[in-house]
Amino acid sequence: MFRNQYDTDVTTWSPTGRLFQVEYAMEAVKQGSAAIGLRSRSHVVLACVNKAQSELSSHQRKIFKVDDHIGVAIAGLTADGRVLSRYMRSESINHSFTYESPLPVGRLVVHLADKAQVCTQRSWKRPYGVGLLVGGLDESGAHLYYNCPSGNYFEYQAFAIGSRSQAAKTYLERRFESFQESSREDLIKDAIMAIRETLQGETLKSSLCTVSVLGVDEAFHFLDQESIQKVIDTFEKVPEEEEDAGEGEAEPEAAPAAGTGEQGGSGDQDVAPMEI
Amino acid sequence: MTKQHANWSPYDNNGGTCVAIAGSDYCVIAADTRMSTGYSILSRDYSKIHKLADRAVLSSSGFQADVKALQKVLKSRHLIYQHQHNKQMSCPAMAQLLSNTLYFKRFFPYYAFNVLGGLDEEGKGCVFTYDAVGSYERVGYGAQGSGSTLIMPFLDNQLKSPSPLLLPKQDSNTPLSEAEAVDLVKTVFASATERDIYTGDRLEIMILKADGIKTELMDLRKD
Repeated sequence: MFRNQYDTDVTTWSPTGRLFQVEYAMEAVKQGSAAIGLRSRSHVVLACVNKAQSELSSHQRKIFKVDDHIGVAIAGLTADGRVLSRYMRSESINHSFTYESPLPVGRLVVHLADKAQVCTQRSWKRPYGVGLLVGGLDESGAHLYYNCPSGNYFEYQAFAIGSRSQAAKTYLERRFESFQESSREDLIKDAIMAIRETLQGETLKSSLCTVSVLGVDEAFHFLDQESIQKVIDTFEKVPEEEEDAGEGEAEPEAAPAAGTGEQGGSGDQDVAPMEI
Repeated sequence: MTKQHANWSPYDNNGGTCVAIAGSDYCVIAADTRMSTGYSILSRDYSKIHKLADRAVLSSSGFQADVKALQKVLKSRHLIYQHQHNKQMSCPAMAQLLSNTLYFKRFFPYYAFNVLGGLDEEGKGCVFTYDAVGSYERVGYGAQGSGSTLIMPFLDNQLKSPSPLLLPKQDSNTPLSEAEAVDLVKTVFASATERDIYTGDRLEIMILKADGIKTELMDLRKD
C-alpha cells in the first residue's frame, strides 16, 4: 500500500521497516536466467543456463573463475556481476600476494557482503542487482555461499537462483542430504538434472548449459560440451523415466513444479525477502 | 663540510650467474644454485629460475629479495592478464611487462639482473636480456650475474649471433640442437665456476619446448 511512497531512495525506510530499493534489487536477481550451486565435502559444482538475448547473439557468461580454488555464478544484472567478479579476483590476488596463501572463501564472501551493504546506505548509490553463488575452498573443505544485493550472505549445501529456480530448488531439497558425501560425478549429474528442472520441458542439450567444477585436488575449470553431453545422455535417453546410473532410487520425472515447493515461496508480497 | 652518507645500504648482492640460449624450437635457461653474501655462502640450493607463464621463464641474479618481490609482482600481473584475456601471456608480452615493471621503480630500482627466456608467438625460442631499470633487447643468447663476464665472450665465440640490425633480417637463434645447447651451457658453467667464487654448487637447467618444461641438474664445484 505504501510501497510507492517510500521506494524512491535506498536511504528511505518504509513504515514497516523495509528498504524497498533493496528488495527491488533482489527482484532483479529473479529475472536473470537460472544459476545453480551444489557442494559435497570436497567439491563444488556451479552450473547455469545459457540464455541468449536473441537467436543472433551469443549468451552471456554467468560463471567466472575467481581463483584456482574459487568460482562464482551470477544471476541478475550481469554487468554488476562482472564488476563484482573483477573485485573478487583482485581481492584474491592481493591476499595471495600478501600472505602467500589462497584466500579462504569464507573471508571473500564477507568482503563481498560488506561491499554490497555500502550500496544500501548511500543516497548516491544503488544496490548491486546481482545474486552471487560463490563456491570455494578453505582449510575445512568445500563451501557454497549465496550473496544477495542486501548485503546478506548465507552458506548452503545446494541452492538455485534466477528465473524458474524454484523448480531446481524443489529438486535439490529432495536430494540435498546426500550431497555432502556425494562423489564428484554424482554431484555434476545432480547439477545438470537441477538445470533441467528449470528448463520446464525444453530438451536438455549441452549447448544450453555451462557447468564448472572445483575441488580439494582440482582447480576451478569448466566442463567441455562433450563431458556435459555424456552426463545428459545417461539420463535423457528415456524421457519419461529417469535412469539413475549412480544411485539406487528411481526418481519420477518432475513435472514443471510451478509453486509447489514445500516451504513458503520467496518473493511473496508481504514478506520481506531479506527475512527468509 | 662533506656530504653525509648513509651508513647502510638497502641493497646486497647475492651473487650467481644466469644464462639463456634460444634455439629454433626450444629455449634453454640455466642458473647456478649458490646464494652468497659477501664472502659467505647463504645456500647451496637456491633456485634463481622462476616460471612466470607456460612460455616465459625468468632467471635473475643480483639481490634476491628484490628478485623475489619482482617475481611476485609479475605473477600477480600474469593472473590478472589471464582473467582478462582468457589465455597465458606470450613471452614477448611478458618481456614488455617486465621492462615496464622495472622502469616503474626507476628511482629506487630492483637490484635484479634478468634474463627472460621462452618461446615466441611462432614457437621459436627467444631470449631477452635486461639491465636493472628495464632496458631490454631480444637476443639469441644472454648471460647475467657475477660470472657473466667470463661466459659471454665464450658464447659470442660459439654462437656467433649476427646483429639483428643487419639486412636482410637474420635469425639470431642458434641452429644448434637442444642437446648441443645444453652441453654448451654445462661447459660454460663449469668454466665460470673455476674462476668466479660466487658461482658453483649446482647447476639448474630448464629446457622450454612447446610440449612442456624439463629440468636438469648438474653438480658444480663447491669451493
